[in-house]
Amino acid sequence: MTPRTKFIAGATIIVASVVFLIASGVKETGVYFLTPTELFSRVEQDPTFYDVGIKVGAKVVRGSIRRDDAKQQVDFEITDGGKQFPVTYVGLVPDTFTDANEIEVIVEGKFGRDGVFRATEVLAKCGSRYEAELQEAKKAA
Amino acid sequence: MTLLGQFALWIGLIASLWGFGVAFLSRWQHRPELGASAIRAAYGVCAAMVVAALALWKGLISHDFNIEYVAAYTSRNLPDSYVITAFWAGQKGSLLFWALVLSIFAAIAQVVTSQRHKDLMPYVAGITNMVASFFIATMLFGGSNPFERLSFTPADGNGLNPQLQNPGMVMHPPLLYLGYIGITIPFAFAIAALMARKLDAGWIHAMRKWTILSWVFLSVGITLGMWWAYVELGWGGYWAWDPVENASLLPWLTMTAYLHSVMIQEKRGMLKRWNMSLVIGTFLLSIFGTFITRSGVIASVHSFAQSSVGYFFLVFLITTGAASFALLYLRWPQLEPDTKLESLASRESAFLFNNLVLVGIAFSVLWGTLFPILSEAVRGVKITVGPPFFNRVNIPLGLALLALTGIGPLIAWRKASTANLQRQFVWPLVFGIVPAVSLAALGVRNGWALAAWALASFVLGTILQEFYRGVRARIRMYDEAAPTALVRLVNRNRRRYGGYLVHVGILVYFAAFAGMAFKVTEEMTLSPGEVAEVRGASGHVYSFKSLGVSQYNAFNRIVTAATLEVTRDGKPIGVIKSEKRQHIDSFGNKTFEPSTEVGIRSGLREDIYVVYAGSIAGTEEANFAISINPLVWWVWFGGVVLTAGRLLAMWPGGRTTAPTGRRDVQSGFEAQLVGTEAP
Repeated sequence: MTPRTKFIAGATIIVASVVFLIASGVKETGVYFLTPTELFSRVEQDPTFYDVGIKVGAKVVRGSIRRDDAKQQVDFEITDGGKQFPVTYVGLVPDTFTDANEIEVIVEGKFGRDGVFRATEVLAKCGSRYEAELQEAKKAA
Repeated sequence: MTLLGQFALWIGLIASLWGFGVAFLSRWQHRPELGASAIRAAYGVCAAMVVAALALWKGLISHDFNIEYVAAYTSRNLPDSYVITAFWAGQKGSLLFWALVLSIFAAIAQVVTSQRHKDLMPYVAGITNMVASFFIATMLFGGSNPFERLSFTPADGNGLNPQLQNPGMVMHPPLLYLGYIGITIPFAFAIAALMARKLDAGWIHAMRKWTILSWVFLSVGITLGMWWAYVELGWGGYWAWDPVENASLLPWLTMTAYLHSVMIQEKRGMLKRWNMSLVIGTFLLSIFGTFITRSGVIASVHSFAQSSVGYFFLVFLITTGAASFALLYLRWPQLEPDTKLESLASRESAFLFNNLVLVGIAFSVLWGTLFPILSEAVRGVKITVGPPFFNRVNIPLGLALLALTGIGPLIAWRKASTANLQRQFVWPLVFGIVPAVSLAALGVRNGWALAAWALASFVLGTILQEFYRGVRARIRMYDEAAPTALVRLVNRNRRRYGGYLVHVGILVYFAAFAGMAFKVTEEMTLSPGEVAEVRGASGHVYSFKSLGVSQYNAFNRIVTAATLEVTRDGKPIGVIKSEKRQHIDSFGNKTFEPSTEVGIRSGLREDIYVVYAGSIAGTEEANFAISINPLVWWVWFGGVVLTAGRLLAMWPGGRTTAPTGRRDVQSGFEAQLVGTEAP
């Protein structure tokens, strides 16, 4: 074998490992990211979709947050305008998770047959409140 | 002042478009005076951007809340230092900051580049003007004008997001930007070399310091970002594989690949096309990073509000990419390698493998980051991958890279003999295996962590051996004392020994990352006087006694502080305080949601990380999440070592000056070869 062939063999091994790691990684750790509407139509078509790890991106329904500090549990409802369902989560929620304004959240967890989403992780994105107020003020002016 | 700022933006736009156009016209029409005009335009853009930036700073400092940007990101009671740094707190100011730094870099590049490369300079000016015109146009036409006024004047501004009121956050974005923007200069040189058909090693030398400088800025910027996430975000870690974090890592990876592969071009005249592609790719990734941050196409906790600016970046990314690679294709035949690979056991091939692994890591990170979009486009359903994916793919690849970090610098160029391999690697191998075996014997059962520590100490072994041999050779040859010999050794070959120091920084990072595999977290509720214990991975037992919760006013916030008295193995080590802060404006109204201030006691072995998660209403009980995070201090230390090494390598003077062609460059390396083969 010439050095060139040997090198190409080595390079092929590296490239193949990268491809293999990516492909198997996606297969084993990939998680569906759905809106509430998509989630409802999925579970209707395919009941095995209950109790499978998924992510849902939606808005928190204003005024629906109930905190139980003693159990560190938070219950709230999320919606995308179409479908709405309750979420329950035990653990620390981020500072940005409040009722003060309509916040966007990404919840990761499992959707149960009882229609409750049990979250293992809650990410909150703050749409800067003041910017929204400024926009409203500008429209009004 | 906004009028002046607006005016400066328009002047900058016109000057940069002019400078872009005439640079290329000068080639087609063979009119060198147009090239000179392009260079003058670059200085003009710089002056205009300085004026625009001063105008915005004036608005910020004078609390002119009629300017939307000032009202949105500052308030009367914001500390002065944060008023100044609010310049880059939002998208509009960030864009101006980009244009400012880019135009300053472009002007400096014109001034400092030696006369030897003057054929390239009009094109370099053309490219930097082109990029500057894009940023200015985005401000003026993309709805991102920082000088926009409101139709009314608020009594007070919104104030700065409390999570951004942190010294790390003050320095992190500008340093990262300096890195991103610095990449534009090497890119401009690469395109200039292609345009002018000056494809010898000249352009590489003309811009060498720029590649290193932007690499340092990126490295420090990323590390500071990790530090900020760790002390401010309160989730107990420093890297979450968030799209925005990934976007900053991508150009760093390809730039690192370039810094290695360019040595093969300098030494052996190979990889010319690959190096050109890496420089172009790194620039595109830096623009891609900004696109990800600004556009909101990928859900990220970091991203700014969704805006049309993202699509300006997408169009720019696609056109620049297509044009650059088309130009590279046209010059393809002139980038023929001078020599061929002679053996698999050679430094060339170790560096080539290192490049493949780095680009492989970059590709997997890019793939994982874009996967939600890709899967939606191809399969019609959004699938996301998170930290488990990135860890799974990148831990093995990262370890392969770490092994190559040890092998690359020691293996001989061209063809390594068995004797060379034995001489270089026997002791480092022992140095690597012994600690790993001892740790395994002590009961450490995490295979990846053991592998990381074994490889890190192997690499450390190779580097110590290099220093030892170099010093010993000097002691024998010149009869010097050991410390003198060490200083002179490093000083005579800063690029090489600085490089080793960078590698020490990298291996410290790896060793520290592996520590996080042993993180312990416990959540608890404590009444005043109540005690809880947490056992760290090191075996230390920490006890936490709640001293209760107190509330008081600080000057722009209401603070609720929970204090814990901490002991380690029964010995008191002090108190740790974690706070909830409710920021208020100058009228006492609440601004922003409450933010958490983490309590951290940092140590060489492990950090104690306390998050006060609020009190239970109507009681004195408080919730805490307490983590014992191993080896975190070493991440920051690694960053310091890496930066020191890089600065040492690029410090002016030493032996790296004056090579004009490849032959000369080869002679520049002789010192290294002699050093390697010394008895």
